[in-house]
Amino acid sequence: MTASNYDEIMQLLCDRLSDLTLSEVEITPESNLIGQLSIDSIKLLNLIMEIEDTFDISVPINALADVQTVRDLVDLIYKIKSAS
Amino acid sequence: MNLLEKLDAAAAARIAMLPTGVGAFGIPIEEVYSATEARIGDRRVLLLGTNNYLGLTFAPECLEAAHEAIDEEGTGTTGSRMANGSYFGHRALEKEFAAFYQCSSGMVFTTGYQANLGTISGLVGQGDTVLIDGDSHASIYDGCILSGADIIRFKHNDMADLEKRLRRLGNRTETTLIIAEGIYSMLGDQAPLAEIVELKKKYGCFLLLDEAHSLGVLGETGQGLVEKTGLLKEVDFITGTFSKSLCSIGGYCVSNHPQLEQLRFVSHPYIFTASPSPATIASTRAALELLRNGTELRDQLWKNSLQLYTQLEETGYKLGPDPGPVISAMVESPQQALALWQGLLDHDIYVNLILPPAAPEGKSLVRCSVNAAHTTEQMKYVGDTFAKLKQEILN
Ligand SMILES: Cc1ncc(COP(=O)(O)O)c(C=O)c1O
Repeated sequence: MTASNYDEIMQLLCDRLSDLTLSEVEITPESNLIGQLSIDSIKLLNLIMEIEDTFDISVPINALADVQTVRDLVDLIYKIKSAS
Repeated sequence: MNLLEKLDAAAAARIAMLPTGVGAFGIPIEEVYSATEARIGDRRVLLLGTNNYLGLTFAPECLEAAHEAIDEEGTGTTGSRMANGSYFGHRALEKEFAAFYQCSSGMVFTTGYQANLGTISGLVGQGDTVLIDGDSHASIYDGCILSGADIIRFKHNDMADLEKRLRRLGNRTETTLIIAEGIYSMLGDQAPLAEIVELKKKYGCFLLLDEAHSLGVLGETGQGLVEKTGLLKEVDFITGTFSKSLCSIGGYCVSNHPQLEQLRFVSHPYIFTASPSPATIASTRAALELLRNGTELRDQLWKNSLQLYTQLEETGYKLGPDPGPVISAMVESPQQALALWQGLLDHDIYVNLILPPAAPEGKSLVRCSVNAAHTTEQMKYVGDTFAKLKQEILN
């Protein structure tokens, strides 16, 4: 699949996150992955592997150091996808 | 939250996961009697949770060498390899490791953790890529983070997944280092080295293999997975530790690339730390000699390992896929794992308890590490106790 459009990436990610999070809070672009959605580092690493396959890209896990919110993650994927 | 409050929150999360199990981690060993027995609290226990694979912790040759070194060279080197901490023994051990692996270069580090940190961060840097197995040891992750290279994980031992990630790298593969382990410490399974080597060649990248748990265990002379598979010459860098089958502390890297020597001048975990103490080096040298000539020890180790693995498997425990000295029983929940761990301790058997996130894929493990000094009767007692506890706790 080739959802390289920013909104499509956002939608796809929010769907996956709602499966993964134990928290009841609504997922918005500004939601904090760890603080609000309780996505721990292992879940995040596994989610990254999935994302890599979905978009056929490589997301270095060190790039996640700057990722706090859902929007940060979408920005990162969008940037990598656009460059590839 | 301030710094201390964050630590309090982490402690609360740990206690919430397993309110009664906190004592299971870092349990004090009061007295050590031998390679297989010690005292925990007021119990004399069978040690089945050490990495003492060849059972050499009290080998007379190693004790004697260590005593002699301490008398002749003192308790510590008080300095770095780069400055005043390179004694004759350090250089001799490096040569002996290189010779053992038929390699041109060898380096000794102060721990196995630092061997990975120092080798990885010396080899790759910003703009380079490391492709690491998803179940890699923390020292590999930390070395990659320290390096500043792009870190990409592949699914544990999944070669189709590794190839997919290599393909995506395009022409970046020549600055890519693949990292795998001879035996993985959680489930005791081995890397599919032949296939990794094939991919490494196809995509023109480099390969580092950590033989921490396989040194002394696999191969005719105990080199590890490289020897078992006959692929020694195909692996670019081999790292490992002295802290398991060699029964001391320290780590090594060997290679046939002469460029390894350059790491002595750039690798911070090598340079900015004191070198191993003379006694450590001396006992390691003696242990390496025993290890390479230790065919009988390896035979005994494998006999014990297969005996326990087979009995646990027949009893219905879910185990890692490859029989070997690391035998992990996977159970449903942290609570079950704790109950089994405690049950074993109540029967005077010490094993390791491993809970998420340390264990892969959210698993909870009760891990046994078998050694060559265990007896057939001890293995049977452990197997029988596991069987009994399965009835009592898990059914
Ligand atoms: C795979 C692996 N690599 C490296 C290390 C680190 O070795 P050391 O204990 O010598 O620091 C370990 C030990 O825990 C390990 O399991």
